[in-house]
Amino acid sequence: MNPAHSPTMEAVEFSEATLQRFARELAKYPAEQKQSAVIACLSILQEENGQVLPAHEQALARHLDMPVMAVHEVFTFYNMFNVKPVGRYKINVCTNLPCQLRAGQQTLQYVCKKLGVNVGGTTTDGLFTVQPGECMGACADAPVLLVNDRHMCSFMSTDKIDQMIEELRANKGPA
Amino acid sequence: MNLEQLLHKYQASGVETCFHDRHINPQIYAGLNGQNWSLQDYKARGGYQALRTVLGLNGAPALTQDEVIAIVKESGLRGRGGAGFPTGLKWSFMPRQFFGQKYLVCNSDEGEPGTCKDRDILEFNPHIVIEGMAIAAYAMGISVGYNYIHGEIFKTYQRFEAALAQARAAGYLGDQILGSNFSFELHATHGFGAYICGEETALLESLEGKKGQPRFKPPFPASFGVYGKPTTINNTETFAAVPWIIRHGGAAYLACGKPNNGGTKIFSVSGDVERPGNYEVPLGTPFAKLLELAGGIRGGRALKAVIPGGSSAPVLPATIMMDITMDYDAIAKAGSMLGSGAVIVLDDTRCMVKSLQRLSAFYMHESCGQCTPCREGTGWLSRMVDRIETGQGRPSDMDLLDNVAENIMGRTICALGDAAAMPVRGMLKHFRPEFEHHITHKTCLVSSYV
Repeated sequence: MNPAHSPTMEAVEFSEATLQRFARELAKYPAEQKQSAVIACLSILQEENGQVLPAHEQALARHLDMPVMAVHEVFTFYNMFNVKPVGRYKINVCTNLPCQLRAGQQTLQYVCKKLGVNVGGTTTDGLFTVQPGECMGACADAPVLLVNDRHMCSFMSTDKIDQMIEELRANKGPA
Repeated sequence: MNLEQLLHKYQASGVETCFHDRHINPQIYAGLNGQNWSLQDYKARGGYQALRTVLGLNGAPALTQDEVIAIVKESGLRGRGGAGFPTGLKWSFMPRQFFGQKYLVCNSDEGEPGTCKDRDILEFNPHIVIEGMAIAAYAMGISVGYNYIHGEIFKTYQRFEAALAQARAAGYLGDQILGSNFSFELHATHGFGAYICGEETALLESLEGKKGQPRFKPPFPASFGVYGKPTTINNTETFAAVPWIIRHGGAAYLACGKPNNGGTKIFSVSGDVERPGNYEVPLGTPFAKLLELAGGIRGGRALKAVIPGGSSAPVLPATIMMDITMDYDAIAKAGSMLGSGAVIVLDDTRCMVKSLQRLSAFYMHESCGQCTPCREGTGWLSRMVDRIETGQGRPSDMDLLDNVAENIMGRTICALGDAAAMPVRGMLKHFRPEFEHHITHKTCLVSSYV
C-alpha cells in the first residue's frame, strides 16, 4: 500500500513511552542525522503494535524529518519488517544450508503441520504465522527459530516445539 | 508472563558453542562461562590493561598512534570478516590529520551462512570488543564509533548495550577516558534482516537510515564513509584480537599462527559433525584437527565435502580438505577462501545439487537488485539449479550455469554477485558428475538427504 494515498488513514500520536524509546535511539546520532534511527524506530513500532501501519510511517517520517517514502523504502527493504499482517506470534524457522543439514527444513514443515498452516500462512485464530527464514547467525544451534523478531530459540527438537507452542497458546501476557 | 520470560529457556546457553575445553590456546574465548561477561569479570581477566598501556597509565609513556599501528602491522592480524585484509594497513589508510569528524565502525552484521562466532563474542565477552575499538579509535584519532549488530540477535544487541553502559560509567568510554586527553564515544545499532548489510558500504547506508544498497568504490570508506566522513570498518573478531596484541606484542601474536597468518581464528563449524560450535584455534591448524575437535563426522559417516569459509566460499572435496591447514593462504591456494571462518561440513549422504539449490535460492533472495548481472543472474542460477535438482535439467544447462556465473563475477558493485557465482563454480569444478547424473537420469546419486 502506498502510505501517501491511504484513504482510511488517521493521524497517529506516539505515546510518551514510545517517544522516550525513540529518543534513546536518536541520541546516538548527530542532531542533523535523525534518519539514522529509522530502522530502530520502525522495529520499536512493530514490537509495540504487531505491525507498522501507513499512519505510523507518516508520523515517524515527521518525527525524523524525512520523506514518508524514504521510511517506506526502508520498511519494505529489510526482511524482518511485516509488510503483510501476521499473527500474534510470528515464527521464522531458519532453512539456510547449515540449518538444512540439521533438519531445518523438517522443522519448518513440522511447525506448519502442527499448526495446520502452509508456509507463510497464519492460523485461523490469528495466533501464529509461520515463515521460512534466512541465516540468523546461529548456525551451530540448528534447528533454530525466531519468535516475534527478538526471541531466538535454539536446538528446537519436535518435543521442544510442541511444548513451546502449547505455552504460547496458553499465554495471556503481552506478545 | 511476557514473551521474554516465557521463551527464555529455549535460548542458547553457549555451553555447546563457546564454553567448552576444545579450543586451542584461545585468546578471545579464554575463560568464559556465560556469567562472567561484565566489566568486573573482564578486568579480572586482565581486561582494559591494553587500553591503559596505550594511554600511558601503566607506568610507561603513552604509545603514539604510529606505535599502535606498527604493533598491529607486526602482528599480521588480517580482517576476520571475510576479505582477510591486513588490519594495520587498513588503519594506516585513515587520514588521521583530517580536520573534522571521523568514524569507527564495527561490522557485527554476522549473516554469512555458517557463521555464529561474533554473536558469542558480543554476548559472552562484549568488553573485549569495546576495548579493541577504543584502541583502534586512539590509533586513528577517531572520537565516535558504532557497532552495527545483526538484527536477528536482539539479545546480543541488548547485552552489548549493557556492556556499553558499564564501560561509560567506569570511564572507559566518553570524554577524557581515564583522565587522559583521549575521548571516544561508542554506540550500538542494529539491522533488521538484510544479508547485504554485511557488505561494508551497504552497512554504511543502513547506518544512515537508508536501504542497504552498496556504494560504488572508490571512494573507499577511509575517505568517504558514514555521513561522507572518513571511516574505518572492521569485523567484531578483528577488534576483539587487538587487546591481546597490545598486551603481548605483535611478534607474539604472529607466532601463534603462521607467517602472514597471525594469531588465533574462531571457526564456526556447522552441518554434519557431532558437535557443531565455535572453535578458537591458531591459524594454520590442520582441518583434520578442527574436525576432531568438533567430534568428527556425525554418526561415524564419511566426509564428502566442506565449504571452508561461509556459504560464499567455493566447496572443497574431502580429499583436499583432509590435507589442508586452516589459514588464509593455504585455503586460497586450494582454490577457496577462509572467508569468515564458517566451516560447513557435508557428509557422504549429501546431494551437492540440492545443497547448491538452497544456496542459490539464498543469493537470489538477498540480491539488493541494484546491479543487473546480480539481480538477474542470481535468479537465473537459482532457477537452473532448481530444475536440475527436480529432474528438469537440460544437457546445455551445465555450460550455461558456468557461463552465467562467469558473467556475474567482477561485474557488480559489490561482492554479493561473486558470492553467488563462486559456490556454483566450485560445485561444477569438483562435483560435476553429480550434476550430469541429475540431468541424464533425472535422479539423485545419493539415496537420502536428511
